Amino acid sequence: MEKIQIDIAIVGAGGAGLRAAIALAESDPNLRIALLSKVYPMRSHTCAAEGGAAGVIKGDDSLDLHFSDTVGGGDWLCDQDAVEYFINEAPKELTQLEHWGCPWSREPDGSVAVRPFGGMKIKRTWFAADKSGFHILHTLFQTSLQYPSIRRFDEFYTTDLLVEDGRCQGCTAIEMSTGLMYQFQAKSVIVCTGGAGRIFSFTTNGAIKTGDGMALAFRAGVALKDMEFVQYHPTGLPGTGILLTEGCRGEGGILVNKHGYRYLQDYGMGPEPPLGEPVLKTMELGPRDRLCQAFWHEQRKGNTVSTQWGDCVHLDLRHLGEKKINERLPFVRDLSISYVGKDPVHDLIPIRPVVHYMMGGIHTDINAATTMPGLYAAGECACVSINGANRLGSNSLTELLVFGKRAALNAIEYISSGGKDVDDAAVTKLANEAQGRITTLFQKSNGTETISGLRKEMTDTMEQGAGIYRTEESLKETCNKLNELRSRFSAVELNDKSNVFNTDLFSALELGAMLDVAETVAVGALERKESRGSHQRLDHTQRDDNNYLKHTVAYHDKTDPPRIDYLDVVITKSKPGVRDYSGDKK
Amino acid sequence: MSERQVEVEILRYDPETDQAPKLQSYSVPCQEEWVVLDAITYIKDHIDTTVSFRWSCHMAVCGSCGMMVNGEPALSCKSFLRDYPDKIRIEPLAHFPIVRDLVVQLDDFMEKLNRVKPYIIPKEKKSVSDGQHKQSPAQLKAFKQYTLCINCTLCYAACPQYGLVPDFIGPAAMALAHRYNLDSRDGGREQRQEVVATDEGVWECSFVGACSEVCPKQVDPAGAIQQMKIASTVDWYKEHLMPWSKP
Repeated sequence: MEKIQIDIAIVGAGGAGLRAAIALAESDPNLRIALLSKVYPMRSHTCAAEGGAAGVIKGDDSLDLHFSDTVGGGDWLCDQDAVEYFINEAPKELTQLEHWGCPWSREPDGSVAVRPFGGMKIKRTWFAADKSGFHILHTLFQTSLQYPSIRRFDEFYTTDLLVEDGRCQGCTAIEMSTGLMYQFQAKSVIVCTGGAGRIFSFTTNGAIKTGDGMALAFRAGVALKDMEFVQYHPTGLPGTGILLTEGCRGEGGILVNKHGYRYLQDYGMGPEPPLGEPVLKTMELGPRDRLCQAFWHEQRKGNTVSTQWGDCVHLDLRHLGEKKINERLPFVRDLSISYVGKDPVHDLIPIRPVVHYMMGGIHTDINAATTMPGLYAAGECACVSINGANRLGSNSLTELLVFGKRAALNAIEYISSGGKDVDDAAVTKLANEAQGRITTLFQKSNGTETISGLRKEMTDTMEQGAGIYRTEESLKETCNKLNELRSRFSAVELNDKSNVFNTDLFSALELGAMLDVAETVAVGALERKESRGSHQRLDHTQRDDNNYLKHTVAYHDKTDPPRIDYLDVVITKSKPGVRDYSGDKK
Repeated sequence: MSERQVEVEILRYDPETDQAPKLQSYSVPCQEEWVVLDAITYIKDHIDTTVSFRWSCHMAVCGSCGMMVNGEPALSCKSFLRDYPDKIRIEPLAHFPIVRDLVVQLDDFMEKLNRVKPYIIPKEKKSVSDGQHKQSPAQLKAFKQYTLCINCTLCYAACPQYGLVPDFIGPAAMALAHRYNLDSRDGGREQRQEVVATDEGVWECSFVGACSEVCPKQVDPAGAIQQMKIASTVDWYKEHLMPWSKP
C-alpha cells in the first residue's frame, strides 16, 4: 500500500477544507499538507450556495445584533461563546475573501453591498449576485493554487480514520481512478466533508452529500451532536428540489397560497407590509424553520396549490421587475425557466420546503477540535455549535471560513506541541485492516440487497418519519426501519468488479455512511421530547428548557442504535427567551 | 405525468477488460420533465449498476456532468429529454482520455488552469485590517462575466484546436486569466502574459468560436481570447515601436 507521510491531512476540499488548507500553507510553507476529496475541489457542494455570507460591516449594524439574531434564530441551542467568536471573525474572513478576488456585488460607491436575509434584524449578508457559494468556492480554490505545499489528492475517497493510542494519526483513502488504497500518515486530520442531505429523498443537496466525514468520525468514536436538527429550506423547486435562494425574499419576493394570500401573517410573522417594502425579521424574512412549518399547516388546511409535482405554494417576484431580477437573481431566473418552465419576471414560481442543511454534525468545541486528540472538523460536517436548533441563512458560508481557518491554526498548535509522531507500524496495521474490509465488500457474492433499493427505503422512511413535524410513533417506525436497513446492508453485493472508477463501490460506501448518520437523526429526534427550532414534535409541542436545553450527543454502536447522551449548552449573555418575528406588533 | 420510452446508448469502456470502447444500449422509461442525467441515473439504479459517470448538483453549477449528448458537448443535468428524439447517444467528452465509461481524465485541464495563475496578484500589499478595496459596479462588470466559468470543460470538448494541438492552453483557462487581468484589484497581468501571450496561448486560437457556443454559463471564452490577442498586439507595438513607453 502506498504510504503518504504528511503533517496534516484535510478530508474534503469544499469551502472549509480549502480555507483550512490556505491557512496551513500561509502559516508555515514547510508544513506537509494533503488535501483529499472524493471530487475535484470546484465540484464541492459549496458551489450550490446562492444567497450570501453574513458579517457585520455596515455602520447601522453591530456585533451584538448579529449575536442576538443568531442565538434567537437557533432557539437558544447555540453555544454562545462560539457564536461570539464567529461573529467577531466574520467580517475579517469576508474581507479576506474580498482581497482574494471574490466578486462581491457592490454599492454605487464601490463598497461591498449587503442584502436582507431571513431572521436578521439588519442587512448584513454579503453576496455575489445569487451565486455566492459558487464564487466563494472558486475564489478559495483558485487562491489555493498559488501554494505549492498544498498537495491535492483529487478523487480520493476516504474510508477510515486511523486512530492509535487514542490519537488520530491519519486516514486511508482509495484513489478512485485506480482502486488503489493509500494510507495517509498524519499527525492531525481535519474533516471538512459537508452535509448529509441525501439521507432524505427531497433535498437541495448534490449527490455527493452523503455524510461521509460525519460517519468517519462517528465510527472512530467521536460523537455526532444535535443531529435531529435538520433544516428545511422554504423555497425549493418541486420535482428536483433545486434551491431558490432566500435572497429572493431578501430582495422583496413574497410567498402566497392558492388564494394569493400572504399566509405567513397567520403564523406569528405578520403584520403584512405593503408589497415591495419588506420589514426585516418578519413575514417572508422570518427564519426558515417557521416558514416551513407554516407551509405544513397551509397544506393541511388545503390552501396549497396542487401541481404535477405535489403540493406547492407560490413565490412571487414579479413586482421586482426584470432589471432587478437580472441583476440580483439571474441564476434563480435561469433555474425557474429551465426546470419548472416559469419565468419569475412574468410568472408565479411553485415552491415547497426541501431538506437543505444539517445543523448537527461532528461534536466540536470552539477550537474546531473534537474530543479525539488530533482530529478537527469544520463546516457543515461539524457542530460547533453556532447554529443551534435552526441556522439563519447566510451564517453557514461564513462559518466554513471562520472555523476552517480556526481548525487549521489549532491543528498546527497541536502538532507543534510535541509527541505527535505517527506510530508507523501500528498505523500501517490499521490501514491494512481497512483495506481488508474494502476487499471483503468488493469480493462478496450471493448478495440479496441492492444499493439503490436500500437507499430508497432509507430516504422514504426519513421523509415519512423525521420530516418537518414528527411524532413518537413516526420516529419509532423510522428508527426500527433504519436499524433493519443497517443489518440488511451487510447483504449488499457489488456487481461492478473493476478497480477503475468503480462508482458501485463508492455508492455502497456512501450508503453505509448515510445509514449511520440517518440513524443518529432519527434516534436523537425520538429522544428529544420537546419542540425547538427545526425539531417539531406534534406530541410535545412546547420548548422544554428544563429538560432539553441541552445538546444531544450520539455515540456509535456496531449493531445497536446509537447511544444518546446530553451536554450543557454554553450560555454567556442571552438567557432563553421568546422568538419574536412579528416586528413591532405585540 | 406522461412517460416515454427512450433508447439510451452509452459508450462503455473499462480499461481492465475492454480492448476498445463500445456502445451499449438501454431502454429507459423516462418522465417528460427529465433531463438526460435522470435517464442515466435511472440506468445506474435500476438496470446496470456498473455504468460510471460523474454528477453532483443537478443544477448546472458544479460542472461535473459534462458529456457528449448526440455528439454535442452538454451538461447532462441541463439537457432536457423533451429536446431530444427517442434515441440518445451518450459519450464521454471529446478530446479527453477516457478513464472509464463516461469519466474522462482532467489532469491536463487542471494543470493548465494552474498555469495561468488564476488568483489575485495584488497591485500593492494590503492586510485585512486595511479593509476592503473599493470596486465600482462598472469595474466589477468589466470582469464579472469571466468569473462565471464552472470548469465543466465543455469548451475543450468543442474546441477543434484543442483536439488538434493538445498543448493549447484552451478556452476556460484563458478566460480565467483574462478575468484576473481585468480585475481592478489585480496587478499580475505581466506574469500571466508569459503564459498566455504565447503560441500555446492566444496565438493558438483560430477563433472558431465553438467554445462560446457550447458554454452553459455564457462566459464567452472566445471573446476573452480575442480581447487578449488585441491587448497582446498593443503590447508588441508598444515594445517595438515605442520602447520608451514601457514602464
